[in-house]
Amino acid sequence: MLTYVLRRLFIAIPTLLLISVVIFFLVDLAPGSPASEIPLTVPPEVRAKILESLGVNAPFHVRYLLWLKQFFWVEPMYAIDYLFGTDYAQGAQRIISYSSRSPVFNIIIERLPQTLTVIGTAYAVAILIALPIGIYSAYRQYSWVDQLGTFVSMVGYSVPTFFTGVVLIVIFAVKLQWFPSIYDTTLRITDWGSLWKQIHQMILPVAVLGLYNAAEISRYTRSSMLENLSQDYVRTARAKGMSERVVVLKHVARNSMIPVVTIIALGLPGVFGGAIVTEQVFKINGIGAALIGAIHANDLPMVQTITFITAILIVTFNLIADILYGVLDPRIRYD
Amino acid sequence: MPNGAKPVLQVRGLKTVFRTRTGEVHAVNNVSFHLQRGELLGVVGESGSGKSVTMMSLLRLLPAPPAEIRAGEVLLNGRDLLQMGADELRDVRGGKVGFVFQDPMTSLNPVFTVGMQITEALRKHMGLSKAAAETRAVELLQLVGIPDARKRLKAFPHQFSGGMRQRVMIAIALACDPDVLIADEPTTALDVTIQAQILELVKELRAKLGMAIIWITHDLGVIAGIADRVMVMYGGQVVEQAPVRELFANPQHPYTRALLKTIPKISGEREARLKVIEGQPPMLSAAPSACPFRERCEYRHDRCNAENPLRRAVDGREVGQGHDVACHWQAPAPAARETAHA
Repeated sequence: MLTYVLRRLFIAIPTLLLISVVIFFLVDLAPGSPASEIPLTVPPEVRAKILESLGVNAPFHVRYLLWLKQFFWVEPMYAIDYLFGTDYAQGAQRIISYSSRSPVFNIIIERLPQTLTVIGTAYAVAILIALPIGIYSAYRQYSWVDQLGTFVSMVGYSVPTFFTGVVLIVIFAVKLQWFPSIYDTTLRITDWGSLWKQIHQMILPVAVLGLYNAAEISRYTRSSMLENLSQDYVRTARAKGMSERVVVLKHVARNSMIPVVTIIALGLPGVFGGAIVTEQVFKINGIGAALIGAIHANDLPMVQTITFITAILIVTFNLIADILYGVLDPRIRYD
Repeated sequence: MPNGAKPVLQVRGLKTVFRTRTGEVHAVNNVSFHLQRGELLGVVGESGSGKSVTMMSLLRLLPAPPAEIRAGEVLLNGRDLLQMGADELRDVRGGKVGFVFQDPMTSLNPVFTVGMQITEALRKHMGLSKAAAETRAVELLQLVGIPDARKRLKAFPHQFSGGMRQRVMIAIALACDPDVLIADEPTTALDVTIQAQILELVKELRAKLGMAIIWITHDLGVIAGIADRVMVMYGGQVVEQAPVRELFANPQHPYTRALLKTIPKISGEREARLKVIEGQPPMLSAAPSACPFRERCEYRHDRCNAENPLRRAVDGREVGQGHDVACHWQAPAPAARETAHA
């Protein structure tokens, strides 16, 4: 197992390098210039100076290698310095956002909590709802719970979040006025009142994203359970005198969870990347919003960095999913 | 074989129906039989004859819907399994009645250790502690001839061969000292050498533990080797029932006779082709009002189309006790016929 993990990590290095080149190159090809963000009142020679200082005019490979060094060497140093109070970085140049002129990683760290709270909660809620529904609808196939679950899943999975988001806002925020339509990022939780306010404003975005994710996970759970419920070993368990609870929740669920866990693990990078659309709809100031903002502003370092972090997470969670597969299924051994 | 003693299992008038989209399938029709303590009853018949469905119906193991047990009683030590509550029935399953299924490759749960799958039943039915259950599981694995038993408890099913897995299945079925062991084609999925080993094992275990066994198979050779009594099924009905020697020496039903003729002979001149019974088993879509075998029967006459034959005694004893057959046709006296090769 350890050798397998090490080998996979080793293979991940060229993969990620290739991804980084592609990302850097594609983003670089995009039309527009960071200069467009500088107000027109700024004299041309000052404008040139600003661009010069941002390193925009350097050739592609120089910018790429510099960014690579900053990403893998300088930024980790700053992280270590920050965590342990050391000074390894010694003021080395960090990855700087074109538009805000502050280090990209500072912005990401700032935005991350919003994304994790809302999108992370939505994902957790989705899993908690999806698993019981998936298990029950498979066990009682074609019952009204199953029919309802199938219908809601179809709607949840096929209707895009920008649509469900707006519909929920129109119904619950505009017409009924139960929930706010805009997420207030500045809210600090200090007492019960503000905690309630936080929960209150999270409900709509969590519902939108939760529905979408729960739809997918419950469908996978249901089909995986169905596949396993008809297996011979289920009959064996019943013939041994095991109760239905043990048969379904232990024997069948344990087998059915193998592919479901993989789906859940592979969906997690999406949480970190931020559900871009939902953040836009509810004006949540998270990573997804930061990425959209950076794209509009031609803020190449920001776009490249966030995209590349997402790529790293996808590669990592693929590995985690494979490892979980090996842990959950004794027939799979990575030697 | 002790006759006259109270049977451990008594089945009367069992009727199982599957409700499907295209209508009902009458899989088991008015099946009655009994099983004495320590007896080995062989159940033979081709695929779709209702052997497995009958045995699964006894423990209500068929998924309902679509399966529905319409009528009958299944008395185990005098108590009707068909009337029992779910909790009581679960005590019988795996406790009083052990079940071994056909395909050992799929009948064990792939993600749990063999030890867990044996101890699970022990802990439920016998209330053993984890340690005690493990000790008993080791004994069971040794009993069914699995070497290095204590170490093998921690192994997963995929680490066993097919024959070894079937031994594990037998160990699970035997775990709680059942009164009855139902083996549903336990050797069909195995190759002949392993099949012989499993047969030897069952004979040995039966001598050692003395439980009653129902052995379902479509292999008459297997039946000849181990059974005390044989029940031949066709079209969801019992068509003939007799002690094993009597059945092979004096088959009464045209189906039984045809079955015996299909066994290829090893000695003597080789026949050009293997013998087959022409035609297909019947679709059991309606409650039978005629003999189910009539389409394929060489002795068919008018009565066979009009009336489903009841079981009648052949040797003067009560139906079920000696030799009985469900057929309108009278077989000629035994001496006049060639006897089948057992």
